[in-house]
Amino acid sequence: MGAIYRREVKAYFTSPIAYVFITILFYFAAQVFVMQNIVSGVADVSAAYSGAFFILLFIIPLLTMRLFTEEKRQKTDQCLLTAPVSLFSIVGGKFLAACTVLLVGMSEFVVFAFIMNGLAGSLDWAVMIGNFLGFLLLGASFIAIGEFVSAMTENQVVAAIIAFIANYLLFQLDNFAASVSNEVISVILQNVGFYPKYNEFTAGILSLKSVVFFLSVVFIFNFLTVRALERRRWN
Amino acid sequence: MIEVQNLTKKYGQKAAVNNLSFTVNDGEILGFLGPNGAGKSTTMNILTGYISSTEGKALINGIDILDEPLKAKKLIGYLPENPPLYMDMTVGDYLDFIYHLKKCKLPKKAHIEEVCKLAKITDVYKRIIKNLSKGYKQRVGVAQALIGNPPILILDEPTVGLDPKQIIEIRTLIKKLGKRHTVILSSHILSEIQSTCDRVIIINNGEIAADGNMEDLTQTVTGEKRVTARIEGDRDEIIKVISGIKGVEKVTADIKREKNAYDFEIEVTDDIRAELVKRIAARNWILLGLKSDEMTLEDIFLMITMGDQEAAAKLEKMESKKNVDENIKQQSLYSASAVLETHSVLRQYEENKRLSKYGTNLEASLDVTLDQEEEE
Repeated sequence: MGAIYRREVKAYFTSPIAYVFITILFYFAAQVFVMQNIVSGVADVSAAYSGAFFILLFIIPLLTMRLFTEEKRQKTDQCLLTAPVSLFSIVGGKFLAACTVLLVGMSEFVVFAFIMNGLAGSLDWAVMIGNFLGFLLLGASFIAIGEFVSAMTENQVVAAIIAFIANYLLFQLDNFAASVSNEVISVILQNVGFYPKYNEFTAGILSLKSVVFFLSVVFIFNFLTVRALERRRWN
Repeated sequence: MIEVQNLTKKYGQKAAVNNLSFTVNDGEILGFLGPNGAGKSTTMNILTGYISSTEGKALINGIDILDEPLKAKKLIGYLPENPPLYMDMTVGDYLDFIYHLKKCKLPKKAHIEEVCKLAKITDVYKRIIKNLSKGYKQRVGVAQALIGNPPILILDEPTVGLDPKQIIEIRTLIKKLGKRHTVILSSHILSEIQSTCDRVIIINNGEIAADGNMEDLTQTVTGEKRVTARIEGDRDEIIKVISGIKGVEKVTADIKREKNAYDFEIEVTDDIRAELVKRIAARNWILLGLKSDEMTLEDIFLMITMGDQEAAAKLEKMESKKNVDENIKQQSLYSASAVLETHSVLRQYEENKRLSKYGTNLEASLDVTLDQEEEE
């Protein structure tokens, strides 16, 4: 897993993808931070996160689209799949590498927190940490979904678009809940939607239920990615 | 040791590999020969665990590749048809990655250095793979297969797309590797198999069409041999005399090569050369040339993969085409040598000399041409 993780991280930073991803994330978060916090003099950094999390839907597919499609196109998957490593460490290594780029992109939030702490004299650290963790878990879930889509498709652009649609739908599921007449489905939709879970973090509430929820999403989609690779072997 | 038992791989209804069984012993260089789409790559992909078989087993040193893939994969170095290179990495970084990917325990620096030396890529160590020539890329591919010093090497068409000089280098390398490793090598270039392998498996439509060393194969395919004699004299009379020799099955003389001389193609069951020379001398005819035709791998291959009659027709066509090709090649070579310094041509000749004479690829026909040049 280590070798694959290191290679992927290096690949991200030798190509423009990581820089584009980080720049976009920096830009949107900083813009909201300056407008909402500095200019209006509000000490709650949640606004900066809410400015960034929607953009996450669009830019996480940038990170994940090439994870497996590129391997297939260059035929390098033959090197990975015939090496003495398990499929789980291939998938896990790639997943963690994408998470690393996400973390680098999130480093600005730490800077914001300290700026705010300095300006306002005090900061609600529980809200700050909740936001940070929520953002990370949400991003990790999107990465796992994107990775799965990438393993299922042959083309980078298709992988990015499908990942975006999947992320968007999962994020918005609870919105559809109200318009569904069947009560069971409505409840399911409400509970599967990402947004309410994510919202709990932004309020500074560290709900075990939500943490487990996002970790399960990560695990399930990593597992499905392994299955997708295995399926290709059998076809 | 590699044991393949009743291996079958089906894509939908079509069987890419059908009930394949063979064994490769330690230290053997096995050539896997077949036309495009015969199932060579599929078999190799199954052996290396890249894809799974529909039925049957593949055992690597007794370990089933499906049951214990990690253990089995550790024993294999694989060069797929397209070398699996990450284009944006340097050669050094890439080999370092492979070293860690294979969880190699050998001393890193020394081992990678040794592999680079073997594959002759030391001088491109710091370059980005994307910018390397095809030959170097192929050699980096060979190098990644060698990392970890696996006892078994599986090389899928290792010389495709290389120039004659590089082909010779890769072949020399494979022969060298064959001393320490068990090697399976696939190719659709016949001379390549002939010059590097101890044993050949000819595969056609996913099935083994022939298996054995070169001599065995020649024996199984042909009961009879052929002698070609170029004799100056009366054609019909000569045919009559030759037909009278014991052991002659059939004589044909259709091609007039020189003034008053025909090439007599004699199918024989016995060695008639001594008797032939005596009788011709007795009638005062002139023997201009005599050669005993052995089956080339190409002939065997065609005989096996097509019906005999089809093969015969095709062979004839190829032979006449070869003659034309040689003429063209010779002419172009003469004009080229007028421009080039003679020594460069000679150097190329030296390199090509080591190659087998058979096969339809460039270096073989170049070899033939240069041989003739030397004779003159």
